Amino acid sequence: MSDERKYRWVGTRPIRHDGVDKVTGRANFGADFSLPGMLHGKVLRSPHAHARIVSIDVAPALALEGVKVAITGADMPDIASEMGTAGEGQVDYAEVSRNVMAREKALYDGHPVAAVAATTSEIAEEALSRIVVEYEVLPHVLTVDEAMAPGAPILHDHLRTAGLDPVPDEPTNVAQRIEIGRGDLAAGFAEADEIVEHEFTTQMVHQGYIEPHAVVARSGEDDQSVVWCCTQGPFTVRAMCAKLLGLDVSKIKVIPSEIGGGFGGKTTVYVEPLAVLLSRKAGRPVKIVMSRQEVFRGSGPASGTRIRVKLGAKADGRLTAAEAWLAYEAGAFKGSPVVAGAMCMFAPYAVENVKIEGYDVVVNKPKVNAYRAPGAPPAAFAAESALDELARKLGMDPVELRLVNAVKEGSQAIYGPKFRAIGMVETLQAAREHPHLKAKLGPNQGRGIATGFWFNAGMQSSASVSLNEDGTATVVSGCPDIGGSRTSLALMAAEELGIDVQKVRPVVADTETIGYNDATGGSRVTFATGMAVIESARDVVRQLRERAASIWGVELEQVEWNDGQALPINGADEGELEPLSIGTLARRAARTGGPISASTSLTARGAGPSFATHICDVEVDPETGVVQVVRYTAIQDAGKAVHPGYVEGQYQGGAAQGIGWALNEEYVYDEKGVLQNPGFLDYRMPVASDLPMIDTVIVEVPNPTHPYGVRGVGETPIIPPLAAVANAVRDATGVRFGDLPMSPPTVLARLDAR
Amino acid sequence: MESMHYESPATVAEAVRLLSDAPPGSARVLAGGTDLLVQMRIGRIDPALIVDVKRIPETRGVAVRDGALVIGASLETMTLRRAPDLEKNFPGLAEAAALIGSDQIQGRASLGGNLCNASPAADTVPALIVLGAQAEIAGPEGTRRVPVAEFVTGPGSTVLGRGEFLVSLHVPLPAPRSADAYLRLIPRTEMDIAVVGSAVSVTLDAGGTCTAARVVLGAVAPTAIEVPEAAAALIGSTLDDAALGRAGQAATAACNPINDMRGTVEYRRKVAAVLTRRAAAKAAERAAGRN
Repeated sequence: MSDERKYRWVGTRPIRHDGVDKVTGRANFGADFSLPGMLHGKVLRSPHAHARIVSIDVAPALALEGVKVAITGADMPDIASEMGTAGEGQVDYAEVSRNVMAREKALYDGHPVAAVAATTSEIAEEALSRIVVEYEVLPHVLTVDEAMAPGAPILHDHLRTAGLDPVPDEPTNVAQRIEIGRGDLAAGFAEADEIVEHEFTTQMVHQGYIEPHAVVARSGEDDQSVVWCCTQGPFTVRAMCAKLLGLDVSKIKVIPSEIGGGFGGKTTVYVEPLAVLLSRKAGRPVKIVMSRQEVFRGSGPASGTRIRVKLGAKADGRLTAAEAWLAYEAGAFKGSPVVAGAMCMFAPYAVENVKIEGYDVVVNKPKVNAYRAPGAPPAAFAAESALDELARKLGMDPVELRLVNAVKEGSQAIYGPKFRAIGMVETLQAAREHPHLKAKLGPNQGRGIATGFWFNAGMQSSASVSLNEDGTATVVSGCPDIGGSRTSLALMAAEELGIDVQKVRPVVADTETIGYNDATGGSRVTFATGMAVIESARDVVRQLRERAASIWGVELEQVEWNDGQALPINGADEGELEPLSIGTLARRAARTGGPISASTSLTARGAGPSFATHICDVEVDPETGVVQVVRYTAIQDAGKAVHPGYVEGQYQGGAAQGIGWALNEEYVYDEKGVLQNPGFLDYRMPVASDLPMIDTVIVEVPNPTHPYGVRGVGETPIIPPLAAVANAVRDATGVRFGDLPMSPPTVLARLDAR
Repeated sequence: MESMHYESPATVAEAVRLLSDAPPGSARVLAGGTDLLVQMRIGRIDPALIVDVKRIPETRGVAVRDGALVIGASLETMTLRRAPDLEKNFPGLAEAAALIGSDQIQGRASLGGNLCNASPAADTVPALIVLGAQAEIAGPEGTRRVPVAEFVTGPGSTVLGRGEFLVSLHVPLPAPRSADAYLRLIPRTEMDIAVVGSAVSVTLDAGGTCTAARVVLGAVAPTAIEVPEAAAALIGSTLDDAALGRAGQAATAACNPINDMRGTVEYRRKVAAVLTRRAAAKAAERAAGRN
């Protein structure tokens, strides 16, 4: 650690290397790529929430001129159950296979049942309409309540509830029960002076990335397939395409495009394996671009939930007991982020008596996928709303209540480990001192605060740094840049090499050009891949010092690297040696030992968690129920902000998405289980005019395991807003909203019922 | 997957000929295309002929003629909003026009298109009706004028017959001490479709008493609906709270809304009253400030 370290580049705000191409429309995104002879693929999707597929006849589609191939579930290899990594979580490849293409049953509106490739997208579209699918429609379940009810329609006959001892031998929609906790809950509640108990629901929401999934796959006679696509995890796409199609990983090469948003949603595959299979069958490249409607119906949103919370506290605010019950929709296949939700919800607080029970529940909706701090926002919404009520009952300031209970260095986290240096207390103190908390409120306005915690991930990264012959440098990683990580990596290389960040070219490579990288996710790239870049850059600096030492005929210890040049020290400085700049050493590299480069592969450990406190002011129109966020401040620990502008951008973006989750976003299904709002008109994310300028405060409590103290920052900011908004609405109206979203009709109905 | 034909005639007569010659139901008129292209993309319509009317001078431009503001049916709202005195003479119409879509959409979308699309939630339709606007229609039999209030006959349907298209809108210039206002409720602040819309126009006498008024609601019935009972509640009053309240109640009573994911029947009824009250107050304030 280097608390005192003075940085030359880290902490500055250069224009991002990829920025000009992006704002001028020149950058190439997923759908921008094309190849000669390319076919256009389209996917036929189930119009039913739950249906047995009696038969599929693709012959009429194949009879259409221009249609080259068609595939159904029968063309997908049957693969054994095997767990693999996707984003921050684990998936079963066998279920990924069944999600990308239905087999015996269609399990949700939008579940793929067949795909075609044709010479034009119009012909492919027409071909879809000629495929004859006979369905036997089955009763469906859409919510955890329906799915957990006795006698509920069952999605998977083989599914049994894991986590129960013994595992009951009965078909169920509950894939798993988990429990975490410690202490003596009953004693904790008995000790309490005040107890609050509340119930909450949240709806399925989508990440809302602007760029739909897009892929081009080309397969050759040599059995190799090349995949161009927009993804957070090119190595994940490689692994999944290989596993799903029964191929060696080396048979697939993935070239990631620029990415128009992901937020966790692009850490798995949807149309990619289908494009590969179609291209292998057709012997021609195949492009598939999902429509917005397909993205909503057929990609992986975030779980709808039902959560109950009970808290007990002494009159001075100290929590004596915390209990929660959570049920998360997994979508059509097991694997909701209920475990993460359970681990996060009370993580900011040092409470000794805890019991959290969680259920992972399959329903006839799309299989959920990661969405920014997967699982945490609904759980924190429940916990932080309950805390707000507790503060009211205790007559305590909500910031003070949280400060009394805040975890600090040495606190035992509810989910296991002891915290090292963390910034929970510091964000609360920053909130307390912020002018926002003291500003006067107008009529019909209210203020809420809430906190958030996210683990952050380390995982596997590879990166290389190469010195070019003119003294500039190239930084290569395998992590697609979704949040400015390219420039953050360049800043770290510039810091170590001592050269201008604009002399560093950061590159996102394909899966054959760099060692393995886990996906861009878990707020891990600037932390983990950053460590690989720093290590590589330090290796390059060592090599530069060696070259200088050999030129000067001195020992390595007599060469210091400072501000981009080798300086003689330790006695070597007594002679006539002139400093050797990086440019000089680069030009002379051929004669001093050859090219200078280094690469590092690592598993990064010690990703320090990031805590946040958000302050929200709302104004509620008592006659229409419209909630307007009028002021918002996001305060969060970044450890060390490598590029403060991108850190602030993460805080603002997360806050915006969380506000949308709180106010208007939801998947709306009809009684048949068909999604009613698969588009941005009726799936209402906030637009720019809906939000005030979101104020940010970067707190820096260095992460002791990172050379610069960096913590991931991307996910935590979406966790506090749901409760911050709800607590503000409570303050403005006196009404506690436990059910999200707080859309105008819902709010007005509750206000009129006051 | 039939092939589609595109024409961009330069005269009213040529457009009428093209539309008349096309088999019934097979031709569509294109202005800005902000509704048409979306409907084509989602497969709701599959026209064999597109007649782009933007080259026809009569559908372009905005000017005062014979005591009325004449607005070309294909004129994009961004240009319309910059017309001299639009905001001064018709503040409610100006605010309705400003609500359609984003800046990019405003560069294409037209009032004519908003009317011909015949959505119950169209923002500019209630605003046009309270101003007594007329629609000028060209067709095989020549041109005719129809009050905008009678133009839309149901969701997606209009009085336009075979071979006919909308050429322009004629909005009478306001009487002294008159003004209009339009308010809509959407869950967001932009980029949305009205859950309820309410347009009000009022005329005051020198003492501040309301001598004429019109109230039209959008998104609460199959078409925009005029609420004479609400207007009657305003006329003869000084637009005090009691009168505004009665106008609001009349608006609620006139609603015939549906339940959908944008709003419940109950919600729409309540909000119709709120918006009508607020729009009337806003129009009254504007009118009082005028001589």
